[in-house]
Amino acid sequence: MLNERIKPIVMPKWGLSMSEGKVTGWLKRPGSTISIGDELLEVETDKITNVVEAGETGVLRRVLGEPGTVYPVKALIAVLAEPDVPDDDIDAFISAYAVPAGEDDGEAEAGPQYHTAETPAGTIRYAKRGEGGPTVLLVHGFGGDLDNWLFTIDALAENATVYALDLPGHGQSTKQMADPSLSGLSKAVLGFLDTVGVERAHFVGHSMGGAVSMRTALDAPGRVASLSLIASAGLGEQIDHGYIQGFVGATSRRDLKPVLETLFADRGLVSRQMVDDLLKYKRLDGVDEALRALSSSLFADGRQASVLASGIADGRTPTLVVWGEEDQVIPAHHAQALANTAQVAVIPGAGHMVQMEAAGKVNALLKDHIAKAN
Amino acid sequence: MSRKISMKQAINEALDLEMRRDPTVIVMGEDIVGGTGAQGEEDAWGGVLGVTKGLYAKHGDRLMDTPLSESAYIGAAIGAAACGLRPVAELMFLDFMGVCFDQIFNQAAKFRYMFGGKAETPVVIRGMVGAGFRAAAQHSQMLTPLFTHIPGLKVVCPSNAYDAKGLLIQSIRDNDPVIFCEHKNLYGLECEVPAESYAIPFGEANVLRDGDDVTIVSYGLTVHRAMEAATALAKDGTEAEVIDLRTLSPIDWDTIIESVERTGRLVVVDEAHPRCNLATDIAAFVGQNAFGALKAGIQMVTAPHTPVPFAPSLEDLYVPSADSIAGAVRRTLSPKGARSIAA
Repeated sequence: MLNERIKPIVMPKWGLSMSEGKVTGWLKRPGSTISIGDELLEVETDKITNVVEAGETGVLRRVLGEPGTVYPVKALIAVLAEPDVPDDDIDAFISAYAVPAGEDDGEAEAGPQYHTAETPAGTIRYAKRGEGGPTVLLVHGFGGDLDNWLFTIDALAENATVYALDLPGHGQSTKQMADPSLSGLSKAVLGFLDTVGVERAHFVGHSMGGAVSMRTALDAPGRVASLSLIASAGLGEQIDHGYIQGFVGATSRRDLKPVLETLFADRGLVSRQMVDDLLKYKRLDGVDEALRALSSSLFADGRQASVLASGIADGRTPTLVVWGEEDQVIPAHHAQALANTAQVAVIPGAGHMVQMEAAGKVNALLKDHIAKAN
Repeated sequence: MSRKISMKQAINEALDLEMRRDPTVIVMGEDIVGGTGAQGEEDAWGGVLGVTKGLYAKHGDRLMDTPLSESAYIGAAIGAAACGLRPVAELMFLDFMGVCFDQIFNQAAKFRYMFGGKAETPVVIRGMVGAGFRAAAQHSQMLTPLFTHIPGLKVVCPSNAYDAKGLLIQSIRDNDPVIFCEHKNLYGLECEVPAESYAIPFGEANVLRDGDDVTIVSYGLTVHRAMEAATALAKDGTEAEVIDLRTLSPIDWDTIIESVERTGRLVVVDEAHPRCNLATDIAAFVGQNAFGALKAGIQMVTAPHTPVPFAPSLEDLYVPSADSIAGAVRRTLSPKGARSIAA
């Protein structure tokens, strides 16, 4: 009954634990013409503040989300429609709109948001979203965890089966690492894929996770359908050693917050919850040893020990390279190491966590690359 | 894996994990095993409020029920610590400290210093503190200032299950005597706690809420009252920063000073009696080290200088309330700048 030319804009769901978000401000005025990818508004959650980008075109006919107000996920916060859609139809659409019920029930039926797998490397925590389509594996970076993909996983899962794991020593996976090297992590990732029954996947790796993905493509090319390297390690020697040392050494919020701020072009994105969550991780028994072992194996003397670009540059594995232009941890010019054989995108206004800071753009690049490579 | 558990469960889990990790960890106290109950029930009491329940079945004789003599078993725990074990002695109610205080402040707290650093005393003395439990004046006190007064003692008072587990693990691993204060009215409070072991370093306060208008510093139960007050104040546009000290010795002066330098206003909340307590200590330190930053007089919200009343209506008035904390914040914001000392 409802007019298909009226497109709702709803409170997004970022990550597995988000249930509500606060509208902090609109970046477009009512009446503006909107294209796909336009920044519409800013939303703040307890984890992060981010921009909501338009997924459809139209005129911003109604803005319903009041700045400073908290709305549940999927609540209607604006309406897009072409100019010729009558106002009465839009008002009828708004009054008939109901936040889809049973969201929580649906999740309960779908099982827990996180799973664990007993692998040869130990217990690995992972998330799995989506059904059918190509299989995608998301591999986070040094000190990160699968929640680094909170803006990525659901977007890719629209037409793929997406796995995101916590590497050994990270998140809620085992803190034991028999071999704290790229090969060791790569073997752990392959062991995980064996355990969950995945033969071949499109690897999406961020930072150290990019280097782990490249190592896997070199050692087990049959398992890697394509590579998407985001602000990846392994493409040059340079790395901000101050970041690595600061992250490993920080034991308090005061020490950790400025370190985390170097991850983003917009320092304001580092929320209290993000700092607290990372401190809680760093306090777990075994984490300090794991991070120190990894950093001395991978980043000794302030340089990256493994540069894998030449092996990947033969172009056998379809490769996408994405970087935030303002990356302070690994310089964006490393993207050029694969410029001859890979698709390279350097995104302005974003830092090392480009998949969070420019989620819409990165997700579009990833979807396009995976679709072509599949 | 993280799940919701109570502070009581978090303390039990910390003891269990450390006993599994380190064979020198032992647990002793009155009724911490508590005899056998029905068939198959090995630790009938598991401590007067059941905090240690289930540990005897897992660790057997490494849990010791002691005679009703604090001076004897606290002394034994301190001696065992000096000889290589890591005892966790439960004093039930920390109000009972009086009968064994010589062992604590003249012996345990002095060994490292008087033996030239050659002796360590890795003992934890844990027990209940605080009012609101209808347990009358001898089982309800917040005696933390007595412990912070003594050099050589570390003093911890968590406000939630996550902190309780991480701080108790740190206390057990620490090589000095630690007085671990558990607010009995927080035992049932649940929050997300990782199942794994983790240690929270001493001397790191937790900033629970950011704000630029006023700094509220507290510890233990009254942290929650301070958060309630901050939520109420936010409705009027006043943003309070709330600092949970977590450890009282050592204390995180840097976090307090940095916050006050930004907000210019300080309210210190302490469930202890008003004279020579944490509130006066912090107020004096800030007055001495950040006077130039203050826009108003420092406010202290404490229990009154009386024993804890047994009458429930009076006991409820005894512990600092969210209203009294919000009132103190408003005094720091009033043009007269909190000139009154007795509010």
